[in-house]
Amino acid sequence: MYGVIIALMPALLASFYFFGLGAVIVTATSVAACCFFEWAICKYILKRKQNTLLDGSAVITGLLLAFNVPSNLPIWIILIGALFAIGVAKFTFGGLGNNIFNPALVGRAALLVAFPAQMTTWPKIGQWDTYLDAETGATPLSIINSAIRSGDASILDQLPSSFDLLLGSSSGGAGAMGEICALALLMGLAFMLYNRIITWHIPVSILGTAFVLSGLLHLADPIYPDPVCVLLTGGMMLGAIFMATDYVTSPMTPKGQIIYGVAIGFLTVVIRNWGAYPEGMSFAILIMNAFTPLINNYVKPKRFGEVAK
Amino acid sequence: MNIRTFSIGGIHPAENKLTHEVATKVAALPKQAIFPLSQHIGAPAKPVVQKGDKVKVGTMIAEAGGFVSAPIFSSVSGTVFKIDTAIDATGYRKPVIIINVEGDEWEESIDRSDKLEMVESHPDLTPEEIVNRIKNAGVVGMGGACFPTFIKLTPPPTAKAECVIINAVECEPYITADYRLMMEHADEILVGLQLLMIGAKVTKGYIGIETNKPKAIELLTEKCAKKFNGTKFQVEVVPLKQRYPQGGEKQLVDAVIQRQVPAPPAIPVNVGAIVQNVGTAFAVYQAVMKNKPLFERYTTVTGKKLANPGNFLVRMGTPMQELIDACGGMPEGDNKLLAGGPMMGKALTSTEVPICKGTNSVTIISDDEARRKEPQPCIRCAKCVGVCPMGLEPYLLAKLSEVKNWERAESEDIVSCIECGSCQYTCPAHRPLLDNIRQGKSTVMGIIRARSAK
Amino acid sequence: MDFILIAVIVLGAIGLIAAIVLFAASKKFAVYEDPRIAQVGELLPGANCGGCGFPGCSGMADALVKGADAGSLDGLMCPVGGAETMGKVADLLGMVIANSEPMVAVVRCNGTCEHRAKIAEYAGLRTCAAMHACGAGETACGYGCLGCGDCEAACQFDAIHVNPETGIPEVDDDKCTSCGACVKACPRNIIELRKKGPKNRRVFVSCVNKDKGPVAMKACAVSCIGCGKCEKECNFGAITVENNLAYIDHQKCRLCRKCVSVCPKHAIVDVNFPTPAPAPKPKEPKKEEEATA
Repeated sequence: MYGVIIALMPALLASFYFFGLGAVIVTATSVAACCFFEWAICKYILKRKQNTLLDGSAVITGLLLAFNVPSNLPIWIILIGALFAIGVAKFTFGGLGNNIFNPALVGRAALLVAFPAQMTTWPKIGQWDTYLDAETGATPLSIINSAIRSGDASILDQLPSSFDLLLGSSSGGAGAMGEICALALLMGLAFMLYNRIITWHIPVSILGTAFVLSGLLHLADPIYPDPVCVLLTGGMMLGAIFMATDYVTSPMTPKGQIIYGVAIGFLTVVIRNWGAYPEGMSFAILIMNAFTPLINNYVKPKRFGEVAK
Repeated sequence: MNIRTFSIGGIHPAENKLTHEVATKVAALPKQAIFPLSQHIGAPAKPVVQKGDKVKVGTMIAEAGGFVSAPIFSSVSGTVFKIDTAIDATGYRKPVIIINVEGDEWEESIDRSDKLEMVESHPDLTPEEIVNRIKNAGVVGMGGACFPTFIKLTPPPTAKAECVIINAVECEPYITADYRLMMEHADEILVGLQLLMIGAKVTKGYIGIETNKPKAIELLTEKCAKKFNGTKFQVEVVPLKQRYPQGGEKQLVDAVIQRQVPAPPAIPVNVGAIVQNVGTAFAVYQAVMKNKPLFERYTTVTGKKLANPGNFLVRMGTPMQELIDACGGMPEGDNKLLAGGPMMGKALTSTEVPICKGTNSVTIISDDEARRKEPQPCIRCAKCVGVCPMGLEPYLLAKLSEVKNWERAESEDIVSCIECGSCQYTCPAHRPLLDNIRQGKSTVMGIIRARSAK
Repeated sequence: MDFILIAVIVLGAIGLIAAIVLFAASKKFAVYEDPRIAQVGELLPGANCGGCGFPGCSGMADALVKGADAGSLDGLMCPVGGAETMGKVADLLGMVIANSEPMVAVVRCNGTCEHRAKIAEYAGLRTCAAMHACGAGETACGYGCLGCGDCEAACQFDAIHVNPETGIPEVDDDKCTSCGACVKACPRNIIELRKKGPKNRRVFVSCVNKDKGPVAMKACAVSCIGCGKCEKECNFGAITVENNLAYIDHQKCRLCRKCVSVCPKHAIVDVNFPTPAPAPKPKEPKKEEEATA
């Protein structure tokens, strides 16, 4: 678990750089709240002998939840999100190892539904010392969304360049804290792959499918964004690298993981282009989380000796 | 050259081959030798001596108890003290023959000379004669499983043997007995291989050795070329990538001839391979050429805290305590005593357990290293699935065994598990995967047996 | 008001059609079930506890009818309903119940921490089945109780618990329904179903060790050494000694407790008696003179 936390450090530092004070407050609140709720529920409600706070999973949930929300989110909303993520998504199913859905995503989805206004106003980057009073702007995904809806391709000119999306250095751009700098996330991916914390199957199949599908769509009709833009905007990188690869909620065999990843990539592109919400990643992952037990049941690893039959 | 290995799973535990370069010593004779009647797979042997009988080294003291069984020979000379029960490597008191050792007188029929007997000097040796001598000498698999060798050499009519594979892999950490045997008796081993090939009526042979034993690979390759080039026998020394459990029969067959043995009840000979441990090949040479039945073997006595770990040529029946004393005595503090290595060995509660036909090692691990950590909940990381050499899903099999869902356990192929322990070794949550799977496997095998008995 | 009338008529029509369809289906797709199964089901308690080993009372009713057709109701027992219920069921099916004595689970081991020294520490999976597969256990007795509680886990009636001080399970007479789950769970066959006895009194040999006397004694202070004194003492032929172990047949035992007095190792235990067993009578001098003469 702690390896994943280290892998998240570049993205964390990037979020502090781009969003300043807001990022620090939101992240600190989220992590502290998740840890507190984990400890308290374990000790007082479930009365378990061994408190699971120390395995690091609460910290990861806290970080990922923070990365998914705007950096001007009020503290009380973050606390509700943390309680939902840890209490409802994790412990009602049985705690570590037993949850079906990714806790951070469930928290985010719950907040999105309960507080749509606060959850869809994104602060612009480059504001060092603002928190609740941060100036907000249009995210790349909301630009794409309005372009597709209106059919007006000229709106797409407002999109930052791919280079800016990768590094997150576009001035005036906006977004969620964990999504702004794709490069930092890729560094985390490299770290995890090198240390064999995760395998390549899920990230590559998600990104690959999204790339191919959005590429085909873009060729068919340029109103759809180009594939590189699709990969670099929104929660695609964060989701593919950190959320979908969560051990507990992803399939247990390489073949199963590829099926899972392809489906997530497909669903994300579909929801982004034709769904009401500009962002499709979190819903795509939650939908496929529900399919994980089914995939585990039917996709078995190759048994030794099967070939010889 | 592409170094081969088996195709699915596997782990790489620390080698700890502390006794790799320690030359084998002949262990001192014990004062009392204890011979359990069950040192092999199959029916226990039946005693043919009684209290007060005098025996010599090589005298048969128990005859085979059935078809799948093997006779037991005294490794010492002296008087039969009693036929009683004593703790053996199963952890339970089992029937044993106890002999008080007097002197070291051998049966006259045994050839004790060092002369290397060649097959070519014995043109009248038929395959049937070879198998018969192996059977009468009580030779069983020396790798630890102790399956009677003569049965392996006579496969059922549905299977045809194509080659003999010598298992010189010794993938388990700590154990070096097979390596020392290869370095010190390579010629005899090759004659033994030749005898096995004749007995199995094949002309192809392989010797699988892991790359952590480069000297053995070099030595055997050279001797093989000298011995078999130009003859009808094609013998190849196959260096194998270091990986556990390469020494498992099925994994070895996969690595050497790239054929996968199907799920039980299939056995390696169903894909044409007869696998024998290198120690068994040596025992076959001695049985057929020197008329020497199986009563002594190479055993490693090792452990990080032992003063002088070493390899021994030990007479079977020697209590482990004597070997441990020869290595400097049990280390201070609480220790885990294993008959075998740390992966597949069995933990014992007594140092009086005797060395038997399958005891390839006595490993002593101190409490602080051996003690398990507290199990955490399963985080579904699937590392166990990745390392299982049989392509199973250990997390699932363990859970099914825990909740006693035997039907599903059977359909998930729990009987294919070779109990190598790779899953439990890898699990980051320290879950007792193999312990649960073992319970499930034995219950499901019992259910299958009961079903087919109806 | 029209629309209310229309709504009523429409719903009434749907209901009527649905009723006709369901009636036809229940006739056409009816599965024949032996009517006795339902009748037996009426007699059973309806708790669906599974103590009989079948899935619920309907499963048990099914098994009882099958058993009656096969000719015997042996092995079928509803622990909650007890002998009374079984008697009624037997009458209905025209069968005879062999044995309707109340039974109770008895743990035949007294190798507590005090009596049986530990020679090793088992640090593996803590279930009796796993420890049994690993070896003799933490003591020198390879037959005795391992104390990990597989029996406690198997009991559905909260009737057996491992006493943490002694390490041996104890049975609650009132809660035990003699369903046999703990008997099956114990890998060493230490637990046995025996007659509950009048006033819950019973006498049994609290040892299953088949090792020779000296070996058993070394392992445990209260092990049976197979000396046979109890066998000689019993006037009812209830005790047999086989494989260095004495066994009291609970059908023949009259609870006189002479064996309890005479056992030199105190391996025979008497339960729920108000007074302790009388001390063994000393040997009369006449007999000794005869022996030395």
